[in-house]
Amino acid sequence: MPLGYFLGLSAFMFTVGVLGVILRRNALVIFMSLELMFNAANLVFVTFASYYQILTGQIFVFFVMAVAAAEVAVGLALMVAIFRTKRSIDIDQMSSLKG
Amino acid sequence: MLFQEAVMNSTFSLVPLVVFLPVLGILLNWLFGKRLGEKGIGSIASLAAGGSFVVSVLLALALVQNHEGAHIPLFTWISVGNLDLSWVFRVDTLSVTMMLVVSGVGTLIHIYSIGYMHEDVRHQGEPKRFRRFFIFLNLFIAAMMILVSADNFLMMFVGWEGVGLCSYLLIGFWFEKGEGGLGNAKAAKKAFITNRIGDFGLLIAIFLIFWNFGTLNFAEVFEMVPAVAQTQPGLLMAITLFMLLGVTGKSAQIPLYVWLPDAMAGPTPVSALIHAATMVTAGVYLMVRTQVMYMAVPGAQQVVAWVGAITALFAGLIALGQFDIKKVLAYSTISQLGFMVAAVGLGAEVAAIFHLATHAFFKALLFLSAGSVILGMEHGLEAGSHEQGGHHDDPQDMRNMGGIRKKMPITFVVYLIGALALAGIVPFAGFFSKDEILVAANQGNMPIFVVLVAAAFLTAFYMGRQVLMVFFGDARSDAAKHAKESSLLVTVPLMILALLSVLGGGLNFPGVHTLEHWLEHTLEIPHAAEFILPIALGSLAVALVAIFLAYLVYGRKPLANAKAADPLAKPLGIFFRWMNQKFMVDELYQAVVLGPYKKLADFFAYPVDQGVIDGLVNGMGSLTVSLAGALRKLQTGFARTYALSIFVGIIAILVYLLTRI
Repeated sequence: MPLGYFLGLSAFMFTVGVLGVILRRNALVIFMSLELMFNAANLVFVTFASYYQILTGQIFVFFVMAVAAAEVAVGLALMVAIFRTKRSIDIDQMSSLKG
Repeated sequence: MLFQEAVMNSTFSLVPLVVFLPVLGILLNWLFGKRLGEKGIGSIASLAAGGSFVVSVLLALALVQNHEGAHIPLFTWISVGNLDLSWVFRVDTLSVTMMLVVSGVGTLIHIYSIGYMHEDVRHQGEPKRFRRFFIFLNLFIAAMMILVSADNFLMMFVGWEGVGLCSYLLIGFWFEKGEGGLGNAKAAKKAFITNRIGDFGLLIAIFLIFWNFGTLNFAEVFEMVPAVAQTQPGLLMAITLFMLLGVTGKSAQIPLYVWLPDAMAGPTPVSALIHAATMVTAGVYLMVRTQVMYMAVPGAQQVVAWVGAITALFAGLIALGQFDIKKVLAYSTISQLGFMVAAVGLGAEVAAIFHLATHAFFKALLFLSAGSVILGMEHGLEAGSHEQGGHHDDPQDMRNMGGIRKKMPITFVVYLIGALALAGIVPFAGFFSKDEILVAANQGNMPIFVVLVAAAFLTAFYMGRQVLMVFFGDARSDAAKHAKESSLLVTVPLMILALLSVLGGGLNFPGVHTLEHWLEHTLEIPHAAEFILPIALGSLAVALVAIFLAYLVYGRKPLANAKAADPLAKPLGIFFRWMNQKFMVDELYQAVVLGPYKKLADFFAYPVDQGVIDGLVNGMGSLTVSLAGALRKLQTGFARTYALSIFVGIIAILVYLLTRI
């Protein structure tokens, strides 16, 4: 398969992720969009790793996944805490740091 | 012989003790004074001052054996390049003479103060301040000792400023009292600031000496003076005249004398010790010490002599119109200091030091007796107010006194001795010392002689006036009626000082000239003192005539009551009012110097500082605030906006990186 297909898919996934982060207000959906961007990046790593036959990219993906998992755990915990006080996870309601 | 020399040198090395004993007194009173009580505090302070006196006597005895004296280094102070300033004590006949006067009179005043302050702190309602007073007194003795024993100009300046500080602290001792609750504090401030003007002159003189001579040690500077006088007489003139400015500040000469009368706001022992006997003579000492410089420029000597002579006359006139018992003495002090300064200007340094010593005795005596009178009056006030129901008189106003002779016989006798000594009646101390100055003037400068004789006449006249007003006639107020003799702690030092005022003339008795032979090891003596009988008789006659006139005016018909006008007020008319108002010098300074100065200060304070400088600073502040106000709009608080701006930023960076090539 040509390289372009993989990269195209990755670009598509990344764009969807960016739009999701910018446009959606539900914090959970924003998280999912973030994960989408991670995986778009992962896909590029793996693609080039197999294309150039270098293992580094593959190993890097594992690290990214581990860090992403940790990040999600922290993020979800924050979300729960916010929900407890605000009874909502609408990201636009959390604007008390407005200047 | 060798053994004797060793003993002598070890005596000389005792000299730091004259400073450290009073310092020890300060520390002891500071740390333990609270638990010791008044007797303990007073004893420690008096012993510290007395210890200084004993050391001074030992030094004098050693000097009799070895006239050359010694330089006792304590430690190196500043050593930079060629400048080498050490903390060196100078033991020579001049400095030891000063030490003896300062510590001797000082010790007596310490003892007197135990009795006086005991009453005073209670009268003022603040008994806890007793300790502070004695700490300040000891501090003064220490600073004065540094001043007179210094071996270089800078060390002397330390003492010079130290005594100025003590003067300030002690004038303002009752700083919350006085006219409007601020009077004493204002007097202290006036003294300090007026002295600053003088000290500015002294500092300039010291800078000039350092710049041109490259050293500040007395001996080295004086050695170079003759050569400099040949090449740069103008420089020497400038140094001596700037130094004279310092002297006019410290020794209360025209034009900077105005602080001394106000300084009487301090407790009476302070007036006696600092503002009559010792500190104010520091200026005279300085000029005697630097006589080599003054002798090298006759022009400066002329100026000095005239400043002294005019001050002597002018202050004498003002003293004539005063009613406050201490103010009269204050102007008299200024006048007598004028005599000393004039003597230095005439090249009669020995006469100046002689008069300095005798004046220390009899003026301290007069002030302390005046303090005793005031104590008696305050007693009378309290006793009187019980009977009469709160009639308040000023216990220092001579118009309220009268007839105290019978109530306070000891005080009367010692006061009379002091007054006769000051007036220059034979055989009291003042006669001999004043006569020596008059002789020097007669031989050196006739106009000055005339001015000084006139001042001597005034001296005798106002002292006669004061004694007659205070001690004779009938009591003119309840306070005077109920006045009571002071305790022994007060009167015994008075008797000792009275004895010194009687015998003080023996210091430099005509024909023997002990002091002159003593000082000739340190000073150059251009003209040996002479005793000229016509002048002595003439000055005696002048004094007697003045006293007789005072008797005619004030003695025959005493003031009828406290409200009566001074008998001189009518015949002298406006001139008496002028004298009473001190010739409006304070008002003149207010109009000519203080007013414009205050206007200038106001200009810098309000338009310049508050307008321009504060405007700049506040402008920077408000600029930042408004800028921040605009920028804070960027902080919307919405996480998605931030995400968008990060995204846009990344795009921008990427576009830049990709299009760069």
